Amino acid sequence: MANNNDKPAIVIAGMHKWYGDFHVLRDINLEVKKGERIVVCGPSGSGKSTMIRCINRLEEHQQGQIIVDGIELTNDIKKIDEVRREVGMCFQHFNLFPHLTILENCTLAPIWVRGTPKKEAEELAMHFLEKVKIPDQAMKYPGQLSGGQQQRVAIARSLCMKPRTILFDEPTSALDPEMIKEVLDVMVELAEEGMTMICVTHEMGFARKVADRVIFMDAGQIVEENTPAEFFDNPQNERTQLFLSQILH
Amino acid sequence: MSTETKNYEPGMHPALPPPANSVGPVRWMRDNLFSSASNTFLTLLGVYLVYLILPPFVQWAFIDSVVLGAESRKECLAIMGEDRGACWSFVYRRWGQFVYGFYPMEERWRVNVAFILTAITIAVVLIEKLRANKQILIAGVLLPVASYFLIVGGSFGLVDVPTNKMGGILLTLIVGLSGIFVSLPISIMLALSRISKLPIFSIMATIFIEFIRGVPLITLLFIASTLLSYFLPPGSNFDLLLRVLIMVTIFSAAYIAEVIRGGLAAIPTGQYEAADALGLSYWQSMRLIILPQALKISIPGIVGSFIGLFKDTTLVVIIGLLDPLGIGMAAISTTEWAGLSTELYVFIGLFFFIFCFGMSRYSMHLEKKLHTGHNN
Repeated sequence: MANNNDKPAIVIAGMHKWYGDFHVLRDINLEVKKGERIVVCGPSGSGKSTMIRCINRLEEHQQGQIIVDGIELTNDIKKIDEVRREVGMCFQHFNLFPHLTILENCTLAPIWVRGTPKKEAEELAMHFLEKVKIPDQAMKYPGQLSGGQQQRVAIARSLCMKPRTILFDEPTSALDPEMIKEVLDVMVELAEEGMTMICVTHEMGFARKVADRVIFMDAGQIVEENTPAEFFDNPQNERTQLFLSQILH
Repeated sequence: MSTETKNYEPGMHPALPPPANSVGPVRWMRDNLFSSASNTFLTLLGVYLVYLILPPFVQWAFIDSVVLGAESRKECLAIMGEDRGACWSFVYRRWGQFVYGFYPMEERWRVNVAFILTAITIAVVLIEKLRANKQILIAGVLLPVASYFLIVGGSFGLVDVPTNKMGGILLTLIVGLSGIFVSLPISIMLALSRISKLPIFSIMATIFIEFIRGVPLITLLFIASTLLSYFLPPGSNFDLLLRVLIMVTIFSAAYIAEVIRGGLAAIPTGQYEAADALGLSYWQSMRLIILPQALKISIPGIVGSFIGLFKDTTLVVIIGLLDPLGIGMAAISTTEWAGLSTELYVFIGLFFFIFCFGMSRYSMHLEKKLHTGHNN
C-alpha cells in the first residue's frame, strides 16, 4: 500500500488559465496524495471551481501541467476520456439527466463507457444507491426528488464509475438548509472510506471534520494552504483572516 | 354558506374538502362562460354562429346529399330535384383515381399491399410496445423497402410502373411520408453541424439552411422540374418524382433543423458537462443525453413542420404531378362533373385534416408521455 500511495493522485504544476484576456488562474501548484481529502474555499470569483474543473478538463488550461494518475492532460481526447473515467464529479446543480430514471442515471456510464453488462451495472447502481440511502427511489425520475436526494443520486452516479478521485463543486450550495446535512453525511462516509476528494465548499464544519488540508484561493491564486486546525484557528494571510471573519459569524 | 368555525389546537388543523359551491359543472360554466356581461355576450354569439353554420352544413352534406346513385352531375340534380345537397357520387365514382392516380387498374393490389405495409411501419414506429421488440422494429423499418419495390415494380416479376402514373392519395403519401421519415435524420445532422465547434461544419450547415429557407418551395420544385436538367449530364434520366422528393425533403429538413437547434439551445450546459465528466464520447452524449431531451422539447415544432410538409405536397400540382387536388381539379373539368367544386374541396380538406389532426394528437400524446416532472 505504502508503495502505491507514493505516486500522487493529482499534480498541478505552474498552471495558468485565461478567459480571453482575463487571467483567472495564476500559477497554481498543488499536489494531492492518494486518499487525501482537500477542501478548497475562497470568495466567489476566486477561481476555485475553475481550478477543479481543469482537473477533468471541463475547462482547458493554457500553461503548466496537470497530471492525473500519471496521465498528463493535453488536447489528446483519448487521454482526457481516460482521466474522466477515473475522476468523478458532483456539481452544484446536480446535473442529473432528467429524462432518465434514477437507476438509468447511475447505469448509463458503466454500460456505455465501461461496457459493463446491464444486469451487473444495475446491481452496482443499487449497491451505491443503498450507500447513499435512497434505493427506494430507483425507478423515479430526478424531477420527482428533492434537492438533497438528487445530490445523493449524483454522488451515487459518480461512484458507479468506481472513480479513484471525486471532485465536488459546491455540492451543497443549491440546497435548502435542512437537506445539507444528508448530503454532507454521505460525503463524510466517503471520506472515511479513503476516497481521494477535492471539495469546493463553504461548509466549514465539514472541512474541520474531514479535510486533511484546506486551501484558500483568492484572485486566481492559492493564498494559503494548511491543516484545518491551523487554518481556522491561526490563519496567516490577511485575506484569509478577512474571509473567515465574514463567513464564521 | 356556513360560517361556523371549529377551533383546533395550533398546528392541528386537518385538511378539509373544498366548499360545495366552488366545484361542479354549474360553477365551471359560471367561471368560464358567464363570468361577466361581455363574456356572456361572447358565449351567446358563439352559440349563435354555430347555429347559423352547422345545421345548413349537415343538411347539405348528409340529409339532402346523393352518395352513390348518380353517374354525373346532371343525374345528381335530377335525383335531388334542385341544387340543394352535396353530390358525393362524384367522389364515389372517381375514388379509384383519387386513391391511385393513373396506376394501372390490374396492378392496384400492389399499392394496397404497400399501404398496409406502410401502416404497419407507422404503427411500429409510433407504438412503444411494438418498438421495444428489436426484431419487430427491424422488420418495421425494412417494410418501406418492400413497399418501394412493390410500387415501382420492374423487379421480382412485377411490371414496371412509371412514376408519372402515380397520383392522388398514393402520391401524397409517397411524398409526404418519405419526406417526413428522411428529413428527420437529415435535420438532426444539420442542427448538430450548425452548432458544431468546427467552422467547416457550421458554415456549411448555416449556408445550406439559410439558402433553403430563403427560397419558396415552389421555386425549388420548379428547379427540380426544369433547371436541374441543365446541370445534369446530357441524356441522364433522373426521375421527376425522385427530384421532387429530394427537394421536399431538404426543404423540410432545413426548417426542422432550426427547430431542433432551438431545442438544443434549451439544454442547460450542465447536461453536457455531466455527460463529459462521466467519460461519454461526443456521439454517446448526443445520442443518450442531449438529443432525447432536445427532441422532446422540439416535438411541437417538428410536428408543425411535418404537418406543413404534408400539406405542401399539394404544390406538386404546379409542376404537373397529380396529387388528390390535381386529380380532383381535372375531374371537375370533365363534362360529367362540370360545375361541381364544393364537394371536391370538402373531400380534400377532410383527407388532409384527418392526417394532420392525427399527427397533432400524437404529438400531444408524446409530449405528455415524455414529461418526467422536469421543466428543462
